[in-house]
Amino acid sequence: MSTIDSAPTLLDIRGLSIQYGTGDESVIAADHLDIALKTGEIVALVGESGSGKSTLAKAIIGLLPESAKVLGGTIDLAGDNLLNHSAKELEAIRGRRIGMVPQDPGASLDPVKTVGSQVSEVFRLHPQGRKRTKAELRREVLRLLELVGIDRPEQRLGQYPHELSGGLKQRVLIAIAFALEPELLIADEPTSALDVTVQQTVLEVFTKLARELGTAVIFVTHDLAVATDIADRIVVMQHGRIREDRPVREILHAPEDAYTQMLLTEATATGKGAQTTGPEGAIEMPAIEVRGLTKIYGNGKAERAAVDNVSFAVRPGTTFSLVGESGSGKSTTARMIMRLLEPSAGTVKIHGQDVTHVRGAGKRDLWRSLQLVYQNPDSALDPRYSVSRIISEPLENYKVGSRNERKIRVAELLDAVNLPSRMASLGAKELSGGQRQRVAIARALALGAKTLVLDEALSALDVLTQAQILALLEDLQVNQGLSYLFISHDLHVVERISHDVGVMRQGTLVEVGPASQVFGNPSSEYTKLLLDSNPGQLLREMANR
Amino acid sequence: MAAYIARRIGQALLVIWLAYTLVFLAVQLLPNDPVTIFLSADAAANPETIAAMKAQYGYDQPLLIQYFSQLAGLFRGDFGYSLASGQPVAERIGAVAGSTLVLASSAFVTAVVFAVLLVASATLARRTWLKRLIINLPPLFAAVPVFWLGLVLLQLLSIQLGVMSLFPDGSFASIAVPVLVLAVHVSAPIAQVLLKSVDNVYAQPFVDVLRAKGASPSWIFFRHTLKNAAAPAMTISGITVGTLLAGSVITETVFARSGLGQVVLQSVTAQDVALVQGLVLITATAFVVVNLVVDLLYPLLDPRILKSGTHGAPRALVA
Repeated sequence: MSTIDSAPTLLDIRGLSIQYGTGDESVIAADHLDIALKTGEIVALVGESGSGKSTLAKAIIGLLPESAKVLGGTIDLAGDNLLNHSAKELEAIRGRRIGMVPQDPGASLDPVKTVGSQVSEVFRLHPQGRKRTKAELRREVLRLLELVGIDRPEQRLGQYPHELSGGLKQRVLIAIAFALEPELLIADEPTSALDVTVQQTVLEVFTKLARELGTAVIFVTHDLAVATDIADRIVVMQHGRIREDRPVREILHAPEDAYTQMLLTEATATGKGAQTTGPEGAIEMPAIEVRGLTKIYGNGKAERAAVDNVSFAVRPGTTFSLVGESGSGKSTTARMIMRLLEPSAGTVKIHGQDVTHVRGAGKRDLWRSLQLVYQNPDSALDPRYSVSRIISEPLENYKVGSRNERKIRVAELLDAVNLPSRMASLGAKELSGGQRQRVAIARALALGAKTLVLDEALSALDVLTQAQILALLEDLQVNQGLSYLFISHDLHVVERISHDVGVMRQGTLVEVGPASQVFGNPSSEYTKLLLDSNPGQLLREMANR
Repeated sequence: MAAYIARRIGQALLVIWLAYTLVFLAVQLLPNDPVTIFLSADAAANPETIAAMKAQYGYDQPLLIQYFSQLAGLFRGDFGYSLASGQPVAERIGAVAGSTLVLASSAFVTAVVFAVLLVASATLARRTWLKRLIINLPPLFAAVPVFWLGLVLLQLLSIQLGVMSLFPDGSFASIAVPVLVLAVHVSAPIAQVLLKSVDNVYAQPFVDVLRAKGASPSWIFFRHTLKNAAAPAMTISGITVGTLLAGSVITETVFARSGLGQVVLQSVTAQDVALVQGLVLITATAFVVVNLVVDLLYPLLDPRILKSGTHGAPRALVA
């Protein structure tokens, strides 16, 4: 750390203001921002969506969208104001002096070009005075791929992005970013699309390279846990302003800003598993019970089980969480329980009734008591419908009540999910993400469902919004005796909401038990690995103190 | 790869066979047999002449035998005989097909070049007004009828300016102008689809990564965007073969060129059913072959197509 303290200032941003749009619809995304980075320093920009953190990051590397306008300020890179440069001059700086690691590795490589050509492209774009031969390029690319820990690099050169896993793609992108050893790297949520175990290894590779090469990094993230794990300093942003800018340890131990304190409280909030095991009711009929549930795709040699012999039960009035990484089969299990997908084997019982083979009218009856809340509220609500129409649609489909009765029911439901009644006439587009998810929950409850399947229902939301929806779900559970099957990859959220937890891996349930036991004393190796990979080491140390 | 090619070729053959069957059935639905229809224009045709001609061209055979003998003929390149001239249909078509092929294929290549240039200049234009102007050209091109543009150019170049002959004389202008007229019309849908497709590519995160690498707008467009955006434009190009052939007929008529257009016109006015049948089949085959080529080119553009196309398994399991 002392080496960084004495290092020269690399990046110096002063009074930077950025506006999106013009006239009445303009929004100030960055409001007189001041921030400085020393050579080799890793700074995390933390904030919720709309806080301006991505705008700031994009401004530094000169990739603001056309609708954005810089109102004032300077961005000095080693004493040279980037805002004074022409587009052509910036092209020479990007990739060579400032690099970028993008958010979504899945879509960040050109799908129709080989991995090798996309890595070597950086050298072809910046020949730096000498043209490299094909053999030289190949050697450079191989060296880089090895540097970021990609196995069988020779073979990868000719592969296309779709042949690589998400983690490998992000490693390729890291290799591209580090290729010319830039002084500054912008990493925009580089691991938020990755599974937690993959996230950990990718972060390790990334920070190790940055430290070794003395690269300064601006690491944009919504995840305070990740930020505290890798950064020297944390900058908390909200509404286009910087709330707090201090070294990690200081900000963790003595946050000064009220907003920072809120974020920290959420990030360190402990689970309910630790407090209670939920209502005692082992003899009661389970809300959901599955036995030997199996789904097989393909046949013959290509046959593989997406879900393999999974059995568990959700006790009424409690929350059961299925945790696992992408491809573990947790969503497939949920869809079979919802009877949106035919199981290959096994039984599904809802409130004691075997629904494995119901069809037609039987399925419609099932969906009165069992409803789904989907991951992305943006696409789960028809953008052309008003809120009241969205919520009353299931009532219309099931021909429940008169027009007036339905209107009353919508008002009740809006009230239950804490939305003001004036929102009934708004369109889904006019709502925030959290409000949309409340509407989706209200819709799921419209027919009086007692059991909800929540498939990554909080994943698309900001931390503080997540906390509000979590509180709402808990209230509804207590007041209406709801049972939840909660599907998630986010261990932190799962720990908070669950009474019982099932851990899935490659289609099988590797561990089931009360949340306190699974998190406190995991029995399977895989659960231990998941817990160890969970970011926020520093945060947990602090919370346990 | 081999399985993909085999399946596409199999599908192409199937389409041609279906086209033949449909045309054959359509002919049977006519109120009379082809010979009677052809000779009906001639008021004095006597029943003996009709019978003799029917026997000569095989129209007196039972339907099934006609169906299979004509089908077998196709494999030998025998499309039957034109009733009007008594020449083999294949010969009649072959004699003029070359001229149409030159017109259509030059127009097609010009149209594709047009479309790419148009989209490139729209994408790389610095000024917003210029970009808007270029983007609005394809709808205009699509709206201008081929015959109108042909007549206007003919009027202007031949009659007003006298730089081009009214009839084809083998000069550069006499081939370039018809090609241009046809190309403008055909380029419109290609350019429209390519523009849309290019827009979709620009919305993808990998373009930001390319910018962050320091790539210039033209580097991004020519080395990455175009290849990514090409597939939908190629699909539409394959479908424009229909427009191209229909446009050829009109262009040939306007510019008094010999070609398939003329033969189509003559065979329809003379009610020469056998010749029409042959023309329909040739057109269908051209359509199928071009689209087969497009299908076989896809995997060269996008390596993901083979992967998802040849296996029955779902692409990705949502988990």
